[in-house]
Amino acid sequence: MALSHLSSTRSNRFLRPLAAAAAAAAASSLCRPISTSTEPLVIETSIPFTPHKCEPPSRSVETNPQELLTFFRDMATMRRMEIAADSLYKAKLIRGFCHLYDGQEAVCVGMEASINKKDCIITAYRDHCTFLGRGGTLLEIFSELMGRQGGCSKGKGGSMHFYKKESGFYGGHGIVGAQVPLGCGLAFAQKYNKDENVTFALYGDGAANQGQLFEALNISALWDLPIILVCENNHYGMGTAEWRAAKSPSYYKRGDYVPGLKVDGMDVLAVKQACKFAKEHVLKNGPIILEMDTYRYHGHSMSDPGSTYRTRDEISGVRQERDPIERVRKLVLGHDLATEKELKDIEKEIRKEVDEAIAKAKESPMPEPSELFTNVYVKGFGTESFGADRKELRATLP
Amino acid sequence: MASVLGRYGRKWSLGCVSYHKNYLPRFSTVAHSAVPSEPIQQQQAGRSMNLYSAINQALHIALESDSRSYVFGEDVGFGGVFRCTTGLAERFGKHRVFNTPLCEQGIVGFAIGLAAMDNRAVAEIQFADYIFPAFDQIVNEAAKFRYRSGGQFNCGGLTIRAPYGAVGHGGHYHSQSPEAFFCHVPGIKVVIPRSPSQAKGLLLSSIRDQNPVVFFEPKWLYRLSVEEVPEHDYMLPLSEAEVIREGSDITLVGWGAQLSIMEQACIEAEKEGISCELIDLKTLIPWDKETVEASVSKTGRLLVSHEAPITGGFGAEISASIVERCFLRLEAPVSRVCGLDTPFPLVFEPFYMPNKNKILDAIRSTVNY
Repeated sequence: MALSHLSSTRSNRFLRPLAAAAAAAAASSLCRPISTSTEPLVIETSIPFTPHKCEPPSRSVETNPQELLTFFRDMATMRRMEIAADSLYKAKLIRGFCHLYDGQEAVCVGMEASINKKDCIITAYRDHCTFLGRGGTLLEIFSELMGRQGGCSKGKGGSMHFYKKESGFYGGHGIVGAQVPLGCGLAFAQKYNKDENVTFALYGDGAANQGQLFEALNISALWDLPIILVCENNHYGMGTAEWRAAKSPSYYKRGDYVPGLKVDGMDVLAVKQACKFAKEHVLKNGPIILEMDTYRYHGHSMSDPGSTYRTRDEISGVRQERDPIERVRKLVLGHDLATEKELKDIEKEIRKEVDEAIAKAKESPMPEPSELFTNVYVKGFGTESFGADRKELRATLP
Repeated sequence: MASVLGRYGRKWSLGCVSYHKNYLPRFSTVAHSAVPSEPIQQQQAGRSMNLYSAINQALHIALESDSRSYVFGEDVGFGGVFRCTTGLAERFGKHRVFNTPLCEQGIVGFAIGLAAMDNRAVAEIQFADYIFPAFDQIVNEAAKFRYRSGGQFNCGGLTIRAPYGAVGHGGHYHSQSPEAFFCHVPGIKVVIPRSPSQAKGLLLSSIRDQNPVVFFEPKWLYRLSVEEVPEHDYMLPLSEAEVIREGSDITLVGWGAQLSIMEQACIEAEKEGISCELIDLKTLIPWDKETVEASVSKTGRLLVSHEAPITGGFGAEISASIVERCFLRLEAPVSRVCGLDTPFPLVFEPFYMPNKNKILDAIRSTVNY
């Protein structure tokens, strides 16, 4: 049913290399090759969902081996990509701001597993992995991070402003909280289109205290818009712990009259289940708030060491006990869907892919200086400045 | 690549600025400003410090001298993202120096309320780019409070501090200069310092001024600008511009971090025989028209420079006012060397910025008009 539909719509680029790895594995080990079966598998989430004014979905999540391995591959790619971005930033190839998502991969991967590319996603500045999940390529990501022409926003946006129109990814926003009313607007348009698509507006625990969120929530609930507000609660708004910024850190309850669900954001299957449930819910009943209990290993951005407001023990504790990739690895090994070696091979392959993308991105040129003036208004109402004193501004009309 | 061109010129330390007090008597346009001025040429021993330390010191003094003053904003408790508020929470306690949640509109509204009850509220907006949710509160509440209550209420104790301006890699949302939006609002003051010693004096004046003040701090200079700053409590007068370099051929007007660029251009122009007079406006509204008018009457030429986009920037107001006052004296059109009319770019920052060469070109073409 829905699952087989999902696994066939997923991009095939992750599956092709598996066949090669499978052949190698078969030759070198006694175990059966990596499972690509789509036989349903039911797995229980480790903790139940906590509902607010709604019936929670079941803890038993239907998945299949192929999907689990896709999860593993996607999340490992994201993790590798973020770590590579970290090194590039330190090498000063990426300048400006860089907000890394490692630790939170399960949220965007689980979300993608339950929706299609016609549904819209809008998020704040921690968007590298969300963009990748929406079908972005590593080359586009690294080019954009380094400000090159090959980037998804032609190098004009940078780390915080990734967009992908074809897959309904609306970015990439610098001002926290401002993307939520925008997301509600997207949902409004979707409701007009009557195309049974929904919008996921992601924001963080810091942004949850912005007034515009509540304004948007009220309007969405009033007009029954198909919007899902997802609070990616990584417990720290920059350096401020949630309990110091919020009277009620139960962000899923903040909607009051809007139902909510608290989800273990480090468990990709729980996220998938919750998003699937949410999509069905909003198409009938109007908005819902999902709170993803997640964690980021890096600091807020590259200029934040991430250890002045939390202990290293806390970070390593979460890494040991709740890491999303390790969880999927254990599931895969536990259900005998692949061997240790195969998974390690996948990781090596990903490393290579990432390195190749970086090398290719480095070759991409910087944007032309004339691009400074393009896209200010529609269709090249560019302005040229010339003259000895740069005073003369001439507009070239379309 | 383009980003290498960067703003390396900005390493200029403003430590060698001298103070000139030979210009016409003060403003006539300002209602009242009960701010005593202590000239800082007193032989008070100064200590070498940078901008954020000077601001930090000013805040320490402000909180110490008035027990009903408060400093708050996002992350100020541990010292703030630019270290301007270090040590305040430890010294004055969490009841006077505290963090707020992430809500600019809330922060400013809250500050207005505090100020309306005769307290001094120093609210910090983490970056000037984030001040827009609070724009309604500033324009509609803070600026008009005294006016619409017929003088019964006011929020004069309000000071809003925000780092503004380009920093080399800030991109769209960490580099904006929104001063022009606020200059259009009667009822508030907009103050921008150029250096540590100025910042300390101006901030203390702003906090103690009886009107709400928006105080923009040039973030580029937080660490780069270092000079001797007197350690005692001193205030610099608001709405008084300062001639920081005397000249006779052309008047240059600017504020904040842009002055260091303009000063470099002046020095280069000097080598070509053009004598430039450089004025630091310091307070943008209400601004010291008399000083600028006197200077332009002397030189006959004016150039204004700021980082904000040229159309509708504050340079336009200066230009219009000076043309009104000095039309017959002007030898050339007023030149504005400003940011371009685009959103503040990411990789294109070096092209966008009004740098030394653009200013130099403009000086030459104005003088040779």
